[in-house]
Amino acid sequence: MNAGDTAVRVTGAARAGGARSWLRTDAGQGWLTLSPPLLYAILLLVGPILVIIANSFWTQDYLTIDHTFTLKNYREALTEPIYRDLLARSLFVAVLVSLVTVILAYPVAWFVSFHGGKYKGIWLFVITVPFWSGYLLRILSWKVILGTNGVLNTALQYFSIITEPVQSLLYNTNAVIITLAHSWAAFALLPLFVSLEKVDRTLLEAAADLGDNALRRFVRITLPLTMPGIIAALMIVMIPTVGDYVTPKLVGGKDGVMIANAIQAQFGKAANWPLGAALAVSTMVVVGAVSGLMVLLLLGLKRLVR
Amino acid sequence: MAGMIEIEGVEKHYGGFRALGPVGASIAEGEFFSLLGPSGCGKTTLLRLIGGFDEPTRGTIAIGGAPMAGRPANLRPTNMVFQSYAIFPHLNVTENVAYGLKRLRLGGEEERRRVDEALVQVELAGLGSRMGNQLSGGQRQRVALARALVMRPKVLLLDEPLSALDKKLREQMQVELRHLQRQIGITFVLVTHDQYEALGMSDRIAVMFGGRIAQIATPKEIYQNPASREVADFLGGMNFLTARDIAANGSGFSADLPGIGGISGRLPAGSDPAAAGAAPVIGIRPERLRIVWEGETADRIIEGTVADRHYFGEVTNLVVDIEGQDAAVSVVETNDFGADDIPVGSSIRLTCDPDAFVFMPG
Repeated sequence: MNAGDTAVRVTGAARAGGARSWLRTDAGQGWLTLSPPLLYAILLLVGPILVIIANSFWTQDYLTIDHTFTLKNYREALTEPIYRDLLARSLFVAVLVSLVTVILAYPVAWFVSFHGGKYKGIWLFVITVPFWSGYLLRILSWKVILGTNGVLNTALQYFSIITEPVQSLLYNTNAVIITLAHSWAAFALLPLFVSLEKVDRTLLEAAADLGDNALRRFVRITLPLTMPGIIAALMIVMIPTVGDYVTPKLVGGKDGVMIANAIQAQFGKAANWPLGAALAVSTMVVVGAVSGLMVLLLLGLKRLVR
Repeated sequence: MAGMIEIEGVEKHYGGFRALGPVGASIAEGEFFSLLGPSGCGKTTLLRLIGGFDEPTRGTIAIGGAPMAGRPANLRPTNMVFQSYAIFPHLNVTENVAYGLKRLRLGGEEERRRVDEALVQVELAGLGSRMGNQLSGGQRQRVALARALVMRPKVLLLDEPLSALDKKLREQMQVELRHLQRQIGITFVLVTHDQYEALGMSDRIAVMFGGRIAQIATPKEIYQNPASREVADFLGGMNFLTARDIAANGSGFSADLPGIGGISGRLPAGSDPAAAGAAPVIGIRPERLRIVWEGETADRIIEGTVADRHYFGEVTNLVVDIEGQDAAVSVVETNDFGADDIPVGSSIRLTCDPDAFVFMPG
């Protein structure tokens, strides 16, 4: 539709004056199409967050909630050593998991995009197959692999690489990192794949023409041009990982506990919603800040490659 | 002395399909050489083989005396201006132009001097800090050119570099490219489907059809003495007439054309009129047919009727039916103001020089 057409329709709507005719304009049609997801987003996303933020300024008074404004919860959340340590560990785990995931997923995505040929679709399909099973099932299968009498230990013993089962595989931070990196692999792979698909192959030919070998082409062209995909993949993995509490609970043992476990405890057994809410809001703010820093760092790195 | 580029028996197959060849050519140092042909004729394939982006299935390519087999693009003394220009979008103009120099480690001073020199050459001085994705089509083309020239290649390859520009800019760039090539004196190999581009810029042209080279010659030679009907048809307009009797005499021929009379002309090298059968085809360029106005006389008068007319500003193209010839001929008449407007349906008298004809083999 051209601009003149729109203008005519808008004036027509103004003359009729009613809401019914407003709905026939482009803007009205747009809002109409947008409204179901918008409503859904406000009710299910913004609403709960507002409830959490409100809770974080209140006090738990045995079974009831005292609605007077206080910063006591934040004081506790930010100064209590246990919460500080848990938050630091969660961030460490999340950053590490996202880096490991992206470093492992990038070559796979690169291979599918550059050498998948006409089988690209099938490759992507095959990659998603493990994710058809449930999240818990995938975590539990890592227990089977990493356990004392697990697949890995048995195999290593069978080949006489070790004589006794290695105990340090499961129930620690490493196990959490391995399990999470695997769980999120497909989520990292897709944005990486999309950004690799968008790289104009002629640019790589031009770089070759100007004397670059395959490695230099990758570092100078492919890597900087796929930086948006890398950042997206890192964020997609990192942000939810900070808040994961199932994985640490199942494979993390006592050393693998993360901040989300503490938040869950406050909302559950400890029944201190305001403190849980303050922890959640603090985590949200810190994760936001760390994400922002990571983006700036990566964009800075991109400027360095010339 | 061997040429700068020696192409011998080169073929390129994709699966069972032979996209190119066998072709052979020798391109001299400092020559402006064009590969001209319709899309799908294999001209870009050949250019990519010279640049090292693909390897020939058969045959050899040598550049500057050195065989190029197994040498990828990054190790060849050639640089390419891509059809899409392939400007690096994450780098600015200076960084784009300096891209290939970085690896040579010339030092900041020398690198900057060469980049500036290249930017001046393509008239982009002062735009160095503009980002790759903020440039107009013409500017992108100039950056691509500077980026390749700054490497001081032995051979510059140009893959339809002007096809994305509008007509005015394209004509301006044709002149500039030709001027630049003369000035720096390196070998240019240009791929184009635009006959005027090839004719106006090249020292020599290779006309390609269906993966083969049909003719390699200077623009004038190709236009005046096309080696085949395909070549004649692709470059400019050509009227194809059927002759009755044709006889070769040395490098020329004489023939009798119904409705036109006895004519003579040159034979393309290697062609044999005797092999043309009962209906040999003779060609004449539209601009070599002239109108005989009322009151004028000419040695030869061809009587015809105007079937159609197309006005193009500087010229009018008349379609004329000639008695005895099946196909109408087209006549290009320069529009002198005042003497024009021959209505459709009126009779017309034409004339031509007796040697304006070429025999069309195949």
